[in-house]
Amino acid sequence: MTRLIVSRILQAVPTLWVIATLTFFMTRYAPGGPFDAERAIPEEIKVKLERHFGLDQPLLDQYILYLQNLLRGDLGPSFKYPEWEVSELIATAFPVSLTLGVLSLLVALLIGIPAGMIAALRRNSWMDYLPMSLSMAGICLPTFVLGPLLIFALSTKLGVFPPLGWYGPSDWVLPSLTLGLFYAAYIARLTRAGMLETLQQDYVRTARAKGASSWRILSRHAARGGLLPVLTFMGPAFAGLISGSFVIESIFFIPGLGKFFVTAAFNRDYTMVLGTVLFYATLIIILNLLVDLLQAWLDPKSRKEK
Amino acid sequence: MNISQSSSLGRDAWVRLRANRMAMVSLSLLVAISFVSLFGPLLSSYSYDQQNLDHIFKSPDSTHLFGTDNLGRDLFARTTYGGRISLAVGLLATLVSLIIGVTYGMLSGYAGGRIDSWMMRFVDVLYSLPFIIFVILLMVIFGRNFLLLFLAIGAVEWLTMARITRAQTLHLKNAEFIEAARALGYSHARILFRHLLPNLIGPIIIYSTLTVPAVMLLEAVLSFLGLGVQAPMSSWGSLIKEGAEKMDAAPWLLFFPGSFFCLTLFALNFLGDGLRDALDPKSSKD
Repeated sequence: MTRLIVSRILQAVPTLWVIATLTFFMTRYAPGGPFDAERAIPEEIKVKLERHFGLDQPLLDQYILYLQNLLRGDLGPSFKYPEWEVSELIATAFPVSLTLGVLSLLVALLIGIPAGMIAALRRNSWMDYLPMSLSMAGICLPTFVLGPLLIFALSTKLGVFPPLGWYGPSDWVLPSLTLGLFYAAYIARLTRAGMLETLQQDYVRTARAKGASSWRILSRHAARGGLLPVLTFMGPAFAGLISGSFVIESIFFIPGLGKFFVTAAFNRDYTMVLGTVLFYATLIIILNLLVDLLQAWLDPKSRKEK
Repeated sequence: MNISQSSSLGRDAWVRLRANRMAMVSLSLLVAISFVSLFGPLLSSYSYDQQNLDHIFKSPDSTHLFGTDNLGRDLFARTTYGGRISLAVGLLATLVSLIIGVTYGMLSGYAGGRIDSWMMRFVDVLYSLPFIIFVILLMVIFGRNFLLLFLAIGAVEWLTMARITRAQTLHLKNAEFIEAARALGYSHARILFRHLLPNLIGPIIIYSTLTVPAVMLLEAVLSFLGLGVQAPMSSWGSLIKEGAEKMDAAPWLLFFPGSFFCLTLFALNFLGDGLRDALDPKSSKD
């Protein structure tokens, strides 16, 4: 277990360095700069600004300086909003995205797992067919179609939830549903397949022969193995939730990190782009590690291999 | 390789696919959608970018089959034209990912040993990255270049293909027919492309069918974020975006492109499942 953690951390350092380097030079060699606004600023002010941010230095010096600052955990000031540090901007926007992500994940797990379990237990009945057809529809209905449809039905027509914004809990419902339902659909299918496989295992039959109640068989014996595919899916799902949140934030006008990132890229806000990319990468590395640790805990077989 | 053997394998698979009703419905649906997308723009008396400000927000009728948008452009022409773009992106980007992934996976598996483990470690590292961020960055920074769109999406989607190809290569590289080819003194390149590759076709086809919808989805996400194709060109993703914005005034703007897109994804997913069952009966799940 400790070895896994240590090796992951050792692996993370070069990974993050490659990402930082790649992003740094990609943004710098791209056409346009942070001070090429549509409203042209006078040349001398532009020169002054560039000197202030060190943009007049040779690129390699800037790169080394950036890495040095990065090692001290300093992401630098935003070029577009000079009164803000990049870390402050991330700290403002990320909790919004995090709330959205956690709620969507809850929607996905709380709908997906029970639906999949019921479908597996009542195989080939309407309780299997109904959730499975719904989930197939859910997988094929992308968030950017589902979102507007939900707004249309629950907001424009019924007026139950506000259509956009991010002010209070009632604003949270539609975005989390939109993002979560897709994953719920996927998780339901994975749960069903995993449960069907474990329910045929000998140890489940033994438990049944010993007279364990069906609830006990389900919760103590079958769920542990049957939910492994779901867990494996969580790694890609986290990455998907992040990119999904870009779309959701754009549909519902939510001031999350995704929206900040896209705006920063358009504005050529070099430090903000770099900071966000590194932040996301670190987040994903940590989440993937958590998934692997959970998997090792649930599945003794994978523990031995590593 | 025995030719008659391989053709009968293909025929076997075709027979199994024919028997799968869902897969056949999907196949017909895909053919129909491709047909409409290919010839729709030619049949329509309007072009996708022709504006008519006297006919804005017309609901569907006999002149405008799918209605018109806020600039009076015919939605049928735009949807079918968008279909061309979306399907082209789906197929070409899949091809890019196929070429990168298959070559990489084959080389890695065939080389084996330390090279293999380093090459796969690299894939693992890439797997853990939020690639959508890089695609967005590329599209924002270098403009909405059509070629770049294929390359960027293809570059994201090749990883799984590489893994699948590698696993299959490892499985096959000690098979007798490869050993025979090696004993005959054939070059590595010849063994790889003439002997190994034909035997990898099954899994490659299956996974490609599943990559196309993933790629189309990614293109649509980019278009939705305003990073895909440029107006007045259309893709299903960009049409859905416009439709979503004007849903209250003109629901058909979301309905038609949305239906086309969802049906295509639906059909591709089912066809992929059907192909897996047909080409590889062992792996099919209940």
